[in-house]
Amino acid sequence: MTEIANVVDWSRAQFALTAMYHWLFVPLTIGLAFIVAIMESIYVRTGNARWKGITKFWMTLFGINFAIGVATGLILEFEFGTNWSNYSWFVGDIFGAPLAIEGIFAFFLEATFVAVMFFGWNRVSKRFHLVSTWLVAIGVSLSALWILVANAWMQNPVGMEFDPAQMRNVMSKFSEVAFNSVSMNKFFHATTSGWCLAGVFVAGISYWMIWRKRNVENARLSMKVGSWVGVAGILLTMWTGDGSAVEVSRVQPMKLAAMEGLYDGSYGQSLVGVGILNPDKQPGDSLPAMLAEISIPKGLSILANHDPNSFVPGINDLLNGYEYEKNGAKIKVEGVDTKIERGKAAIEALRMYGTAREKGDSATMKASLTQLNKDYDCFGYGYLSAPKDAVPPVGMTFYAFRIMVMAGGFILLWMFVTLLLSYKYPKWLGNRWICLIGILSIPIVWICSQAGWVVAEVGRQPWVIQNLMPTNAAVSAIPASNVQTTFWIFAALFTALLIAEVSIMLNYISKASQKPFA
Amino acid sequence: MNGLEFLQNYWWLIISLVGAILVFMLFVQGGQTFLFCKSLSPYTDLITASIGRKWELTYTTLVLFGGAFFASFPLFYSTSFGGAYWLWMAILLSFVIQAVSYEYRRKKGNIYGARFYETLLLLNGLLGCTLLGIAVGTMFFGADFTVSKSNLLDPGQPVISQWGPLHGLEAIADWRCLLLGVTILFFARTLGALYLQNNVRSDHKFASAIRRAVLVNGLIFAVLFVAFVIVLLAQRPIYLTNLTTLWWFGFLFVLGVILALLGIYTGAFTKSKAGIWWSGTGTILVVLSLLAAAGLNGNSYLPSITDPASSLTIANSSSSEYTLRTMAWVSIAIPFVVAYITYVWSKMNKGGITKQDIH
Repeated sequence: MTEIANVVDWSRAQFALTAMYHWLFVPLTIGLAFIVAIMESIYVRTGNARWKGITKFWMTLFGINFAIGVATGLILEFEFGTNWSNYSWFVGDIFGAPLAIEGIFAFFLEATFVAVMFFGWNRVSKRFHLVSTWLVAIGVSLSALWILVANAWMQNPVGMEFDPAQMRNVMSKFSEVAFNSVSMNKFFHATTSGWCLAGVFVAGISYWMIWRKRNVENARLSMKVGSWVGVAGILLTMWTGDGSAVEVSRVQPMKLAAMEGLYDGSYGQSLVGVGILNPDKQPGDSLPAMLAEISIPKGLSILANHDPNSFVPGINDLLNGYEYEKNGAKIKVEGVDTKIERGKAAIEALRMYGTAREKGDSATMKASLTQLNKDYDCFGYGYLSAPKDAVPPVGMTFYAFRIMVMAGGFILLWMFVTLLLSYKYPKWLGNRWICLIGILSIPIVWICSQAGWVVAEVGRQPWVIQNLMPTNAAVSAIPASNVQTTFWIFAALFTALLIAEVSIMLNYISKASQKPFA
Repeated sequence: MNGLEFLQNYWWLIISLVGAILVFMLFVQGGQTFLFCKSLSPYTDLITASIGRKWELTYTTLVLFGGAFFASFPLFYSTSFGGAYWLWMAILLSFVIQAVSYEYRRKKGNIYGARFYETLLLLNGLLGCTLLGIAVGTMFFGADFTVSKSNLLDPGQPVISQWGPLHGLEAIADWRCLLLGVTILFFARTLGALYLQNNVRSDHKFASAIRRAVLVNGLIFAVLFVAFVIVLLAQRPIYLTNLTTLWWFGFLFVLGVILALLGIYTGAFTKSKAGIWWSGTGTILVVLSLLAAAGLNGNSYLPSITDPASSLTIANSSSSEYTLRTMAWVSIAIPFVVAYITYVWSKMNKGGITKQDIH
């Protein structure tokens, strides 16, 4: 393995490690902030001190989780510079803006009012405190908005143009960068999944308290709020998930093919409900893609295009090029080998432009710029060695997608059951088996959430910016051993902090639930 | 001055201001360095209850500093962060350990014990301030890097910014950068002591210990600061030129120094608790004027020792005019942000921190 490939692998591993740890805490923060704000609103509206106790109980859990989410978030922001320095220059003109806006609009809102939330009970009025809690919840979601805008832009680079003199991309339309359909969909999908996760968390802890007969009434009230938020969260997550599939099909068809383990596409393409991938399968060979599968006829065509008879391309189609019919018109899509040639032509045109610019040769500058503009949409392919480099890890993407969907299905069912039981059949809430499922649903929702990010991020490989920059062109010029060292330092540190966090949470839940909430 | 130049200058001023506010907010880190001081150790809970309510603001200012630099001068982000890898990683690590420590320190089940988290806070205080000072030092005294955008055309080795083999460790060993780092550390300690003097309501012993801390750290800071200014002006005479050409920054610099010293005097020798505000304002003015002088007037704010042509200026490292203008509109929100922070700060600090606030 070459040094640069080694650096890319370790840089990816480090970023994935940080992002996955970050995403353990952030969705709980997003959802719990709203749940706590709802609980406090009930307290202020009713004046019932019981709700103040309930609010404080969940607020403490929010606080324990909030700090470590902030810590891991800081590293993520700076890792764009430390580990992906070429990326930072190539698209910093566009990518930096959402991060700065996040700082100005979201982080200060959170940082300022979180202090009121925790330490202001006796220093500010009831209403001011409530407003502060809501502002923290809004700040948390605003923060998610801007970082997801940035992430979505990497998967769907729009609102920009290439500046050949500076050799970088520059923003041309902010509204397109911030509010395109991919970014909006991603924002709602990720934040509502946070509501869902927090709803399951609150319900799960409440089940435990009911099981252990601790603060049963408080637990039941918490469960009502949690399950409403959880139901709303999972329904919206599924709705926006459907939107995500359509967007992925449009802007990242290779990711969709990997999610499905689909090598040869067709019209009216079926969807693999449950399946086992053939581990020996390679693009272009004649081996079957699946060892076993249960499929839903026309399912993938419906999912991807909302049209049961539409064409969905597979990995081989995307690698070799394909032709399909839509609304009576024949559409031809070029293969990756052609795109690689065009990408190399774009890089060469940029080189010629630079040389001509130095010499003041305006005719060559104009000609090379025309060539560059023609092929720029494939610029990143110029960094790939072979067409197979454009295929993401199929196995990981395929199984992560199924884990996410199955776990999401369970959560949907479970949240409805919890909602029903907490209102109509409260006696059943004490049933041992129901409590056990409620507690087990907590790790399941986290697995679901993590699997979603694996699909999104592994499935988009090899691209750090779709079609424009692969990961191997985005890294910093640092020895792989340096990144390897920091990877293990972060792994040890995050794990130690996670253990402490879980221990504090469990300890708090156990101790605080033994006495009436105050 | 055309539109792009104006925006580059405007954004450099914003970056300088955010950097200046960050240095002021390092009073949190400075306060943390007193946790193991013999005379103040009985007041550990009071100290953490006081500065522990402000750590998120320091943290957020650091994040904004990074985000604003990324948005307005991406070549700096790409070159310094990707090059001085170990320096920035050490800074990040020192801040990560702070974020959890305040929340976990007194919580039951925290596994490692309160002393462990207090040690992390101490490390953050010592390393965070010193290393940030060293990183800023590279902007004054230069660094070992080259920038070649045409590398992007080589798929085998496409990275445009190349740093020396020590990747930031050499900056830690550079005595001039270290001098700035230690200067910032002692100033943060002075500010920390002044803030605690202002915010904590405790007994006479605490008051006299804090007063002594202001005096000792303030004096050490003053000596180190004078040394730093002499070294800077001697080795980079352009700063003297800039501070005299851009005379209003020169004026702010002198005014800032006077205010900072006035704050130290107030904290050490008078009964007033307002020293933090004098020194705090002074800090912002001094750092603002120094950072402004680093980037304005065509100066290279990150000089390359290896290849002077690679040195970063606000002209060759900035974002496009469109992005800078868009972000300039966004920056209109900053006064509103400052307003609500000030309002909440005054509400939350009213009456100070007493023993009752610990629990």
